[in-house]
Formats: sequence, structure tokens, C-alpha cells
Amino acid sequence: MKKKLISGMLAVVFMAVTLAGCGGNSAGGNSGTTGGGTQEASSEGAAAGEATDASAIKVGVITIGDENEGYTEAHLKGINGMKEALGLSDDQVLLKTNIPETEAAYEAATDLVDQGCNIIFANSFGHETYMMQAAGEFPEVEFCHATGYQAASSGLTNFHNYFTAIYQSRYVSGVVAGMKLNEMIDNGDILPEDAKIGYVGAFPFAEVISGFTSFYLGARSVCPSVTMTVKYTNSWADLSLEKEVAKQLIADGAVLISQHADTVGAPTGCQEEGVPCVGYNISMISAAPDQALTSATMDWSKYYTYAVQCVIDGNAIDVDWAKGYPEGVNLITELNEGVVAEGTKEKVEEIEAQLTAGTFHVFDTSTFTVGGKSLEDLITEGGDNEKYAAYVSDGYFHESELASAPAFDLIIDGIDSQVD
Amino acid sequence: MRTGFHLTKRDTISPGKAWAIRLIAVLLSLVVCGLVIMAITKDNPVRVYAALIDGAIGSKNRFWNTIRSMMLLLVVASGLTPAFRMRFWNIGAEGQILVGGVAAAGMMIYFGGSVPNAVLLFAILIISALAGIIWGLIPAFFKAVLNTNETLFTLMLNYVAIQLTNFAIILWETPKGSNSVGVINQASRAGWFPRLFGVNDAMIVILVLVITALVAVYMRYSKQGYEIAVVGESKDTARYVGINVRKVIMRTMMISGGICGMAGAIIVCGASHTISLGITGGRGFTAIIVAWMAHFNAFAMALVSAFLAFMQQGAIQIATQFSLNENASEIITGIILFFLIGSEFFINYKLERTKGGAAQ
Repeated sequence: MKKKLISGMLAVVFMAVTLAGCGGNSAGGNSGTTGGGTQEASSEGAAAGEATDASAIKVGVITIGDENEGYTEAHLKGINGMKEALGLSDDQVLLKTNIPETEAAYEAATDLVDQGCNIIFANSFGHETYMMQAAGEFPEVEFCHATGYQAASSGLTNFHNYFTAIYQSRYVSGVVAGMKLNEMIDNGDILPEDAKIGYVGAFPFAEVISGFTSFYLGARSVCPSVTMTVKYTNSWADLSLEKEVAKQLIADGAVLISQHADTVGAPTGCQEEGVPCVGYNISMISAAPDQALTSATMDWSKYYTYAVQCVIDGNAIDVDWAKGYPEGVNLITELNEGVVAEGTKEKVEEIEAQLTAGTFHVFDTSTFTVGGKSLEDLITEGGDNEKYAAYVSDGYFHESELASAPAFDLIIDGIDSQVD
Repeated sequence: MRTGFHLTKRDTISPGKAWAIRLIAVLLSLVVCGLVIMAITKDNPVRVYAALIDGAIGSKNRFWNTIRSMMLLLVVASGLTPAFRMRFWNIGAEGQILVGGVAAAGMMIYFGGSVPNAVLLFAILIISALAGIIWGLIPAFFKAVLNTNETLFTLMLNYVAIQLTNFAIILWETPKGSNSVGVINQASRAGWFPRLFGVNDAMIVILVLVITALVAVYMRYSKQGYEIAVVGESKDTARYVGINVRKVIMRTMMISGGICGMAGAIIVCGASHTISLGITGGRGFTAIIVAWMAHFNAFAMALVSAFLAFMQQGAIQIATQFSLNENASEIITGIILFFLIGSEFFINYKLERTKGGAAQ
């Protein structure tokens, strides 16, 4: 009987361990640095309008992943950039990594307040409402949330949203992809009508849709016959699933892959299948040395430096902040020489110059249609599409100008978005 | 002359001795955890343990986070107790928590603000328990009538519950496609557990302690509790003495599932205030270990839950302070469980010295 009990128990433990593993991280751990015993709240003097000495400032950072995951890695780089730019010491920045989108985010925020943070950043979409909860309770601390959209409507003066004009980087990386497709067509590897891109998306909402639309517009600006299929992983970061979806897209005829998902899953699959790919957040050349072309990325340090400087100077932080090429916030990672098509560098420089000068607009409404109609016509027709009227003027969709979070969520002609 | 060791089964062991063995296991696990962390961080163990204690109870918020974490584990363990006492392998607590959580979130969304909060909370607890009852009754019915394997059945129902939760998330997410429901009723706090006695988590503590006490009394002093124990020992005996085994199986799983479903509401209304796959935090599985290790004794379950919660919360601070990532806390939990489960072996068996060839 007892023997059975033990073997049963071991079976349960085994299952518990394997299943808990499948379920992903739930406890929410941390990495980074804190001073040993600093529990007492000491966050006075952080409110806007009151200057704080740089040596007394404490910055809290809450991230969905850690340095093993591209999106968070880019944020942590930005935090380090801010640290250097403002000359903060290690123990002035408290990191809480791998914080899931549950009450763990709120707990992390309150713990950071307890440890005396004057300003707290959180980087994942689902953290937003927990940050708002904390912001409401601790009006003397500034809370900044990336990718969120509720700061303007929250009625909280200490809650802010930030993002970058990542669609500009996406467009440029799309041009790189289009040049590669042209090279494949010119070499006779594929016919013009076979120029099909596969896109590994996370979730079917504006942040992802805006990104893949600008990427596609970039590719089509140089390769007119290109089409694109989007499949979703329904996860921000799932290495094996992203790899699997990339391989499915390739099996369905995609000759080039791009992604809005946070790991190196897709490029790893592309390296195995011998299909070129364009990444996101970080250079994918180490994951796919023979296939990665470039990645759309951003320099978060610009925002982190700005926001922390605001607290130091006692200035108010922008409710919505989204800067792009003109401010040097957006860019693409190094081009993989020898893999990208000839002339890519020159073309990229040309487009980047136009974006920096502000003379070129990615969502030019004359370059795309939705269900065969222009965006202006759709708006005139009324109904649900009237909401886009606020964004469209002067012949283009003003992405990330009304609010920092991306707003373009229409599926344009040429893209097949496969929501299952 | 050869000397060696061999294992013999213990006939009986005094409770004192059994607890002494468990205490040794806990101490050993702490030593090994300390050694492992020292090996990684090259820091002295006193600082490591100081960080552990600091992380678990070092501030008012941390203390209450630990208490809450303990209570949520304890309520699931209490829910599992009747089923496991009946030797019904309910691996489905995760699913039962999720359906309870979905029910609670749905009630908060659809009825928040239109009825008084006390009424809403009461209704939420009942409806979420009902959801859990259904989720527990399905495998129990098939076990009772067709003698299906309940381990696989309850396990597979977890995946059904996961898909059901995904469906609910897609139904309620804002904005569409984002997979994020966000904090529900953030402004009105409708359907949230109220602050009592100046403590946010007071209602969680009260509810969980009441449920735990009720389960303990039910198992120990009621006729139904006795029937569960008999069915657990031997179904044939139970039939022989005239117990309706089918009825007992179904009734017990309704209780077990109902409490786990209510645990889902306690998590949603008391802690997360949202619905996502993350709300269970793996408690449906960890609680199985808690219940078994405590031999279904309510006090022991509270102790084990407290210990695990303390170590997990403490490990978060160790990870922060020594620049490790969250895997460090999982390693620590793993080491502790290894020793605690291992101690059960030495409670059931003893190591004896073999002299000469006498063992033959």
C-alpha cells in the first residue's frame, strides 16, 4: 500500500513538473540588482514640478521576459543606455524580469515603490491595467508603460504611454526584403507571382497589424508582385511555436519570412529551411547566419533617458511618446553583407534619408486599398470605418501621432491574415 | 566479516519520529539550497538566507504577498483532499480553477455595478463553485458508471478548460486581438474582494481558513467523510458494508471540484482581477504535493503551504539581489520538494546495518 502511495506520488510530481513546465513561468522571478535591506518607502520628491537629484533617483523596470528574449533584450539595452547617459549607478536601477501579465505585475510595481523608486517602467501590453492600478495608489511615483493606449483616457497625471514609430523601421526592413525577392526573381529562382512572404505574428491587433502592413508596403514598393500570408502564434514569445509556424508558412509556399514575435524561433527555422528572413528587435544574424537579412529595431534608450531626465528636472513626462527616424529612435540592424541583394545599402540609405527628413509617409493612402477601395472612400462610406477619419489627412494615415500605440488595424489587399 | 546496509520496512513509526525526519529533511534542503546558491553567486550563505527572509517577509507588502500565496495554495489543497482521500486521482484542479475563474470574471463583467457588491460576490462564489462542480462531476460520472481512468480524464479536462478560458479571453479582450482582458472593473472595483480591517487580503484569508476548517471537520467527523475513507481503502469493502460507491464518488468530486472552482473565484476577485491562463500559477499541481505531503492534515497543509510560499517569495528576492533569473526560484522549490518527498521514504523504511552474512 505504502509503496503504491510513493510511486503514485512520484507520478503526480512528475506530471506536476512536466505540466508546470508547459504552462510557462507563473511565479515571476527577477534578476538585476537591489540594495540589501531597503524596504522603507522613500519616494518623496518625485512628483512633476519638483526636481530630484540624479544621485538620489531610483528607477524600477518591469519586463515580460529577460535578456534571452529579443523584445526585452532591446528594452534592457535601452535601460543600460539611459544608465550610462545619466551616470546612474547599478543600485539605482532595479530590474524585475519575467513578470507575467497578472497581479504579479502589480505586486512588482508596489515592491519597487517600497524600495524607493521614483519612476517605474513596464514593457508588456498586458501590464498596463496593473500599472494604472499602482499609479492610482502612488501618485508621487511616475509610471510609464510601453505599447499601452490608456494613458490619455486614464485621468492619471503620473501614468504615461510610450512606443516608437516602429512602422518606419518595418517599412525599411520591408524594402530590404523586397530587394531580396527581386534578386530571386532576376536569378530565375522564382517567378514574379511566386514572390510570397510568410509572416509570423503574435496576436491579431493593431500593434501587430500596423507592423506587418508597413513591412509589406516596404516590400511592395520595390517588388510590385509580392503577396503576404500572416499566421499567428497567439503568444508573444514561444520559440518552438514560432519556428513551427515559420516552417508551415514555408511549406505553404512562402519564399521569405518575417516576424512580430519575440524570439529567434522563426530565423532558426529559416536557417534550417534555407529561406531568407527579416527579424524584429535584435539582429538575427547569429541565429540564421546564411539567411537573416536585417531586423527592424528601435533605440529605447532615447525614451528612457528622456523620461528619467524629466523626473530629475521636475518636468512633466509626455502622456504619449512615440518618436521615430527623425529623432534617431528607429533604425534597422546591420545588413547581412553577402546575403542581402546588391544595391540594398544604397536603397536603404535613400529611404532612411526621406524618413528622417519627414518627406515620406509610410501609410500613403494612394499605395494601398482595402477590399478594392481607398481608405478615403471607406471613410466616406461611413459605418465602423468613420473612426479612421481622425487619422487620415494630407493623403496619409498619421500612425502613432494621435497616441503612441499603433492604430492601423485594417487588413489591406495583398495580405492574407489567417486568424484561426 | 562484511558490513553493509539494507532497508527494512517500518511497521509503525511514532508521529514524533516522523516529524523529526521531516524536520531533518527541511533543514537538509535549506543547506543544499544554500550550497547551490553559494556555488552560483559565490556569496556567503548567511547573506543568501537573509535575502530569502527579506524577500518573503521583509516589508508589509511582501509579507502579505507571502500570506496570500500561501492561502491560495492551501485552498486548492483543501479542495483536493476529499478526492485524494478517496484515492480518486484528481489531476484536474488546474481546469477546475480555470472554469471557476472564467465564471467569476464573466459575472464581474456582466453584472458588475448593476447589483450591490456583497450580492455580486456571493453570487460569484456560488456560480464559480457550480462551474467547478460540473468540471469535477464529469470525470466522476464516467468513473462511477464506466470505470474510466480518472487520472487521464481529469488531466485532459484541463486542456478543455484551457481552451474554454482562451475562448473567454477572446470574447472579453480589449482591444480585440490583444489577448489581454486587463483588470476588470478597475474604477468601480465591482466584484473585487473588499478591504477588511485595513487589510487588502483579509477576505482571502477568512474564506480560505473557513473552507479549510470545514473540509477538515467534514472529513473527520461526518458520516460522508468516513464513507470517503472506506471507499479509498477498498471499494469492495465499501460495497460489502452497503456504501453506494458510485454515489460517493460523484458526491465527493462535486465537493472537490466545487472548492477548486471557488478557489478560481478567490484568485480572480481577490488577487488577479482579470482572467488569463496565468491565474492558476500552477497551484492545481503544486497543491497535490502539498496535500499528499501533509497526509491531508489541515494544519500540516497550512504549514507546507506556508513553507513553499515563503521559499518561493524569498527566492524572488534572491534572484533580484544576486542577478539570477526566475529559474533560480524554481530550482529552490525543486530541491525542497525533492527532500520533502524523499523524507517520506525514510518514514516508511529504515536503514539498518547488515552484519556478517546475517542478512541472508
